[in-house]
Amino acid sequence: MTWQLFELLLQASLMTIFVSAASISLGLAFAIGLSAMRMSGLAPLVWFARIFISFFRGVPLLVQLLLIFNLLPAIGLSLSSLATALIGLSLCTAAYQAENLRGGFEGVPRGLIESAEMAGLSPVQSFVWIRTPIALRLTFPALVNEAILILKASSLVSVVGMIELTKMAQNLAASTYMPLPIFASAGLIYLAINWIVAIAGRRAEAALPGLPAK
Amino acid sequence: MTQPAISVRNVSKRFGETLVLRDINLEVPRGQVSCLIGPSGSGKSTLLRCMAFLEEATAGTIEIEGEALGVFEKDGKRRRQTPAELRRTRSKIGMVFQQFNLWPHMTALGNVSMALRRVRGLSRKAAEDRAMAQLVKVGLEERAGHYPSQLSGGQQQRVAIARALALDPTIMLFDEPTSALDPELTGEVLNVMRTLADEGMTMVVVTHEIGFAASVGNRVCFLDHGQLLFHDTPETVFAAPRHPRLEQFLDTYLDRGAQMLR
Repeated sequence: MTWQLFELLLQASLMTIFVSAASISLGLAFAIGLSAMRMSGLAPLVWFARIFISFFRGVPLLVQLLLIFNLLPAIGLSLSSLATALIGLSLCTAAYQAENLRGGFEGVPRGLIESAEMAGLSPVQSFVWIRTPIALRLTFPALVNEAILILKASSLVSVVGMIELTKMAQNLAASTYMPLPIFASAGLIYLAINWIVAIAGRRAEAALPGLPAK
Repeated sequence: MTQPAISVRNVSKRFGETLVLRDINLEVPRGQVSCLIGPSGSGKSTLLRCMAFLEEATAGTIEIEGEALGVFEKDGKRRRQTPAELRRTRSKIGMVFQQFNLWPHMTALGNVSMALRRVRGLSRKAAEDRAMAQLVKVGLEERAGHYPSQLSGGQQQRVAIARALALDPTIMLFDEPTSALDPELTGEVLNVMRTLADEGMTMVVVTHEIGFAASVGNRVCFLDHGQLLFHDTPETVFAAPRHPRLEQFLDTYLDRGAQMLR
């Protein structure tokens, strides 16, 4: 195991971090949209959100990625590996994050919505300025958890041709015949990233201003 | 006769099988403090919430300064106002809740300036200036940057009053504003309300503070089992001989203020 090999792994881990961070952020935006649909009370939107969530939670991510990878060219869309990976990961995490957020939205005390109503906020304004920020604070620990899960799940995007940390480790292991030190190093890099995410999450949580009183 | 601030006409409210309000008729005069008192479960909070359309009456209508609130009757049919119409009528009402209901992710200043910016469309600067003026009024300018969790209950309720006042309502509704407070914190909230009453604000207050009702109220409305038994000036209501139900109520809800009435 040389420094040169380790450097290649570190470089590949940048791709892991990029793909995960982008998917988590996109997924969060989608998840807020799905929550809005589910709470809109409009049957088609409610059903779309429900079906979306049960599909992306019920089908393995690996199968989803392979589906997207093979389906899109079949309907004449050719996307890069990166785009395919981002779509797959972000849609999948969106479904999980929407479920997390549901608990958060349900946890927003009724009185806070009534006071928004009495202040003249429209339902949309109340959703944007009151309900969503409070739901996000209530579910923040679950979001950190999801970030860690996605960082690890991002190892699956190698099947659509992405070279991230796991794929790089596989390539190096195959060409150097040193699987043990290489996979051990890859594992340590994942561990370090997730450790940093967990600590940053805890710090951020402590810094977030107050949660609604119980 | 000038138009009343709030007209409650034949309002009944049913929750499932239970009739919570029975055919209430009440005119709330402008510039006066009307206190709704009565035992728990008498329907006083429900009546107040109907006056804000947070509850929809099962029958009857409510008018705010002569304008329909939430529902109106046309050609003998009950119709619901559009959300925009409801918001317009409601903009005359400020509401203060028992549990304060401040938004926990915003500072005191953020809570008070929120609707000024997002609903009234004021610039950040203009909204915060007006919000600060309201916080000064309730004596909390030094707490402007604090989050609700960093404030005492009494301070939170004063911020909530400032938040409602910032939108220039002509009517203020208070739903048991001191019931969630430690006894030593009720005074600061009642003082703010007293000042507001002196300035001539139309107020409807659901309260267990009989002393406040007797000393600040211009009218006292007594509810029991969903019925408005009587309403009159505190002098008349609390003068002997009293209505037997009120007598019974005062026996069970003796606060320091009520003791003075004995």
